[in-house]
Amino acid sequence: MDEEADRTGIDHSRTDTVTHHPPSPRPPQSPAGVQARARIAARPDARGRTALPVLHGEGPLALRRTRTTGPEAHVMLVGAMSGPLGGDHLTVEAEVAEGARLSVGSAAATIALPGQDGAPARYDVSLTVADGAELHWLPEQLISARGSELRVTTRADIGAGGRLVLREEQVLGRTGEAPGLLHSRLTVRRAGRTLLDQELSCGPGAPTGWDGPAVLAGHRAVGQLIVVRPEFEHEGPKPAMLGDSAALTPLAGPAALVTALAPDALRLRHILDDALNRLT
Amino acid sequence: MSRAALLVLADGRFPAGGHAHSGGAEAAVKAGRITGAASLEDFCRGRLHTTGTVSAALAAAAALGLDPVALDEAADARTPSAALRVAARRLGRQLLRAARVAWPAPELDALARQFPKGAHQPVVLGVAARAAGLDAEDAAYCSAYESVSGPATAVVRLLSLDPFDATAVLARLAPQLDEVARAAAESARRAVGEGVDALPAASAPLLEVGAEGHAGWAVRLFAS
Repeated sequence: MDEEADRTGIDHSRTDTVTHHPPSPRPPQSPAGVQARARIAARPDARGRTALPVLHGEGPLALRRTRTTGPEAHVMLVGAMSGPLGGDHLTVEAEVAEGARLSVGSAAATIALPGQDGAPARYDVSLTVADGAELHWLPEQLISARGSELRVTTRADIGAGGRLVLREEQVLGRTGEAPGLLHSRLTVRRAGRTLLDQELSCGPGAPTGWDGPAVLAGHRAVGQLIVVRPEFEHEGPKPAMLGDSAALTPLAGPAALVTALAPDALRLRHILDDALNRLT
Repeated sequence: MSRAALLVLADGRFPAGGHAHSGGAEAAVKAGRITGAASLEDFCRGRLHTTGTVSAALAAAAALGLDPVALDEAADARTPSAALRVAARRLGRQLLRAARVAWPAPELDALARQFPKGAHQPVVLGVAARAAGLDAEDAAYCSAYESVSGPATAVVRLLSLDPFDATAVLARLAPQLDEVARAAAESARRAVGEGVDALPAASAPLLEVGAEGHAGWAVRLFAS
């Protein structure tokens, strides 16, 4: 597994810049599709900065550490090939230890595409944030292309004093394209209690009404921003409308959620960027 | 057990305060997303398969005797809108008052002690169904039906929609209500062994956003 990481050009001690590689050829595909796992572990170092003892990607999931000056480590998820395709199962795991600060982004949107045999794809993200640790998880959009079927789960477990900023954006089809079938579930647990558990199913084959006036009503981009901070225990943000199709609401715990709908990815990002500035 | 207890519990005239809530329909009417019977039906389908499914599963799980405190936490996690959590607890408290008189039971008394400000309405509904001798699927039916009958009744008042047309919408949804109630009871039975994470968590982004906007209106016909 470490040889794989070395081939993707990752050097934990020295590579501090984003390097671009041509897309790798897809490895031989079993009927079950590509299985790939990326792992990040962050912990504080002796100089008060954040070290990344584990930074491992494989297959379509490549990771790069990018240069920073502050105590926070920045990691970029770089799509090394297209996908996920039907039948693929991708897993990303990040663990942030007490005292560490990690920020993760992605270089481009993830596009769910159909596979050859019509099998669904899976994409699982598992985030662990210890007491006194901080994680910013701000990937680019997930685009559900026509004919694709993807099941995404994102699960964050946060210690009582941990801090999280997490953004999820789903775009239904590329420009002018009908969407595929997308199921997503976002679960955020803090100190052993579930703060947020939400599923959304949309696209052809989803339960009827998904595009109707109660759920999406023709909006083609939907996103969420969740901010968990121990300070919110005493005083959290008040509910507020952010334009006509987005709202900020405190959760039942020291956390706030922004839910936003927009006609397209760009306008969704504007709303969520404004919300991010407001909350952090 | 008396099956007729289900009719009493599901009756729109059961004095639990449900008539004061539109289930998000008032906000959808104001936004121009519900304009008549066809868009009401689409709204109801979306609500049934999202928050209606979640409520039905919570009610079924409470009817099976799962811990109401764990279920109430699960309901909180599945209700990100603060305005909707307030509405759900208010409805839960009103339902509990009526249910304790209708079907006196120690479990309902315990619920009142545990949640002085009210538990989430579907949790109370499930415990009330249990006190009335009904089963998990009955509780799920009752909750799933409420998830669409509330908006349908509200839209009759909001748009002066013909009540016959609103009733026809509900009648057309009946086969889907059967499916949702059955699936909800099934997930509740799984939750007995696997815990509350086995319950569905389907969400409706526009209902959540609309509820926050609606709560801020100075003048409105319905409480939610």
